Amino acid sequence: MLDRLSHHTLLRHLLLTLVAGAALVALTYGLSPYRSYQLATGAAYLCATAGLTLLVGLSGQLSLGHGALMAVGAYACALTSAELGDAGTTGPLLLLLPLAAAVVVTAAVGGVVGLAGARLHGPYLPELTLTLTIVVPSITTTFADRLGGDQGLSVLVEPAPAGLGATFPLERWQAWIACGAALLTMFLLANLVHSRFGREVRAVRDDEVAARLAGIDVARTKVLVFVVSAATAGLGGGLLAVLTQAVSPGGFSLAFSLFLLMAVVIGGIGRLAGAVWGALLLVVLPDLTTSLADRVGSSPALAERLDGNLSLLVFGVVLIVVTIAFPQGIQGLLSSAAARLPRPSRPGPSPSSPTRSSPSRPTSTSSESIDV
Amino acid sequence: MIPESRVTPAPSTPPETAGARLDVEGVTVRFGGITALEEVSFSVPSGHVVGVIGPNGAGKTTLFNVVCGFARPQQGRLALDGSTFRPRPHRLVRSGISRSLQGLGLFPGLSVVENIVAGAGTTARTGWWSGLLALPRSDRDERELRERAEMLMDELDLTRHAHAQPGTLPYATSKRVALARALVSEPRLLLLDEPAGGLGHDEVLELGELVRSLPSRGAGCSVMLVEHHVDLVMAVCDELVVLDFGRVIAAGSPAEVRDDPAVAEAYLGAAVDV
Repeated sequence: MLDRLSHHTLLRHLLLTLVAGAALVALTYGLSPYRSYQLATGAAYLCATAGLTLLVGLSGQLSLGHGALMAVGAYACALTSAELGDAGTTGPLLLLLPLAAAVVVTAAVGGVVGLAGARLHGPYLPELTLTLTIVVPSITTTFADRLGGDQGLSVLVEPAPAGLGATFPLERWQAWIACGAALLTMFLLANLVHSRFGREVRAVRDDEVAARLAGIDVARTKVLVFVVSAATAGLGGGLLAVLTQAVSPGGFSLAFSLFLLMAVVIGGIGRLAGAVWGALLLVVLPDLTTSLADRVGSSPALAERLDGNLSLLVFGVVLIVVTIAFPQGIQGLLSSAAARLPRPSRPGPSPSSPTRSSPSRPTSTSSESIDV
Repeated sequence: MIPESRVTPAPSTPPETAGARLDVEGVTVRFGGITALEEVSFSVPSGHVVGVIGPNGAGKTTLFNVVCGFARPQQGRLALDGSTFRPRPHRLVRSGISRSLQGLGLFPGLSVVENIVAGAGTTARTGWWSGLLALPRSDRDERELRERAEMLMDELDLTRHAHAQPGTLPYATSKRVALARALVSEPRLLLLDEPAGGLGHDEVLELGELVRSLPSRGAGCSVMLVEHHVDLVMAVCDELVVLDFGRVIAAGSPAEVRDDPAVAEAYLGAAVDV
């Protein structure tokens, strides 16, 4: 059974996804509405951090503008839901179509940026993505009559389906939506990382000339990674719009883009599991710093000023500590710690452990290959 | 936006049994005012090992870059199996041409087996979407690529290093990894750029044997070799082309070239003096 799984990527990844999904559903029943909402927010962040860690860690392309790409997704989601609302659409389509629009529109924007990025080397791609963080908010104020300016737009979201019961909290429903989307994202990204494409992306990162000679279309590969990464950021942005039922340019500042990048680095760059840690940090740290600011700030005005900047400060300090102490990030630390641990023996007779195999009853190696 | 699944195109020419034929006809390359190659013409006949030698700066690497599509000639043309050939680096493997790079050109972040498999990716039948959805045929494809890499690793004594990072290996071993990556696509023309660079005496002998065996390998493979190691070149090549200042100053069998006074003056004479 285990042997079959190791040769069957689809089955293995599906199983992992289902187990994680079941665990998350169970978890939401134990969480307060506020915690459920935090879980949903973390899942939305995860979509973006997972795509970003793929882009930065695996393909070596640095994006400082993923927050802006999330904004693109959020606005695409809001505009689509408004159109659908006007047309009288209800039911699951009112949720799914705006999210799909968020993915498609952001992927297209990512394609344009990626096309330009594939021709740029050194610091120019990060600079290009940095301009996104400036351009996107200014677009929202330029076309204020359509995009709502600084006020932003509200997003039409239906309550939890009646079939779940009248007392079913909205936050739990939101957590289910966001976690479902995040699991789908992780499933697809894990497939990609594991596929030939994943290897080609790393080859391009390591040596472009050698990659071309190995038959890899370097420009196509780089653009495609950017498109994938943008699509996931768009989904994350769309989810945030659905969760907050509103979207405004203030939520997608340059600081937010930098937070995303820091979270990815702290979590463990290039690792999907690291993206989970990063998303978790994005939820937990601002919360911590808010309570910290409340305690430090003697006056409400000071606390308010600290609130925005303190989280940036704390994030920066954590980033510095992490890169010095364990440059591979949290996930790198965990996996190297796991590698140092003695290998856990598998259940059942194991010929490698002398304590369990008695001479009178020799354990054959063939018993190991029987399905566990 | 996202391209369709990559389908391996049918080879443009029917596979022959003795390697591809490459003709270089009147190729001229200028970089600004400098003429790197001038009216260079020669052929790599099917199944032959042709060495390109010459002093530093003679234009050997530029010639390789022209064949690979990294440099465009201002004049002249290339022909592969008799038909005009406009090389593009990432299409090269599909045309049946592999090139090893001067130095190593390995991917430091990929294990040895991944490095080798990376050279065979173009022969995979399943595309991006199959990978995204982790379809079983994508797994099957990967397994086939891996099996081919494993056969080559077995042949080149690399199996025990399969999961090592290239940076941790001795230089000679890394060179074999680079060679395995070039061979895994089963090329019909192999371009070797200084394969003996940095190797010891015994390793050069082993390399020589391997290069000699290439024409009879699989479906057959022609070889074009740029090399400074004169003993190796003399031992393995059917024909030699001597470049100096971007021009062909001599061509012929190793014995003919060795006895050519122009060559002795331009290249071998200088080498003997050292």
